[in-house]
Amino acid sequence: MTRDQVGEELPNLAESKLTALVVDDSFVNQTIHQKLLNRLGIKNDVVTNGKEAVDVYCSGGNYDLILMDMDMPIMNGIQATKRLREMGIESKIAGVTTRANEGEKKEFMEAGLNDFQEKPLTISKLLSILHKLNFYVQT
Amino acid sequence: MDTLIAQLQRQFRDYTISLYHQGFLDDQFTELKKLQDECSPDFVAEVVTLFFEDCEKLISNMARALDQTGNVDFKLVGSSVHQLKGSSSSVGAKRVKGLCITLKECCDTQNYEGCVRCLQQVDIEYKTLKAKLQDLFNLEQQIVQAGGRIPQVDI
Repeated sequence: MTRDQVGEELPNLAESKLTALVVDDSFVNQTIHQKLLNRLGIKNDVVTNGKEAVDVYCSGGNYDLILMDMDMPIMNGIQATKRLREMGIESKIAGVTTRANEGEKKEFMEAGLNDFQEKPLTISKLLSILHKLNFYVQT
Repeated sequence: MDTLIAQLQRQFRDYTISLYHQGFLDDQFTELKKLQDECSPDFVAEVVTLFFEDCEKLISNMARALDQTGNVDFKLVGSSVHQLKGSSSSVGAKRVKGLCITLKECCDTQNYEGCVRCLQQVDIEYKTLKAKLQDLFNLEQQIVQAGGRIPQVDI
């Protein structure tokens, strides 16, 4: 465990060798999401839209977890999720978006998500994703 | 008699609290502070810098779109304000986020005057926040240079 600035204990998942891909066109969110993952010891990469995420997998890349934004240029999160599932990709995909109305959430989930969280992401929301997807068991 | 460090720390504490109470910042800013550590001591400053760059770029895009009187691309304005709402939410810029919500509503109803007025307010608000956060970071620097620790502020 490590302690953050306010003395809360955070799990260190470095030993589990988890990997994650951040898919988001916003530099602000890329920076925050990468920092969240780094704090939990999860190695990660970032791409700026759904097409880049698909390209990474086409080139042989693979990650345990994808944090997928919904609204992105070129290929959005719904299209990218559908495409990855059509390719047979079984990585866990968590949709992360500010769009929270039930219809949009349903459409995103039906594209093939394993979980969904409303932005902005926080440590506790990320831990909730990891717990739900069985990457982390709270003690 | 208060030392210089104690005075600066008290100033920092009071100023931080005032930024939350006056609605400039919300809990998400606190979440960003939690992520700052020895490996990235300037994390919050880096993220808010990216945010202010977003503000400049997106406000400029929206202003240009609204300048096309009679042929305004409200879809473009809507998409830009959605992005700005997202990044303001991510850094805890509460007032900017609130104005983005209002601007989005004006955009959705194609209320041209409302969009123009609201965009002006967004511009003023982000610049105000930028100046206030710069003052806050300056206070932090003064504390560190005086040999003190930046106090944790419970809101």
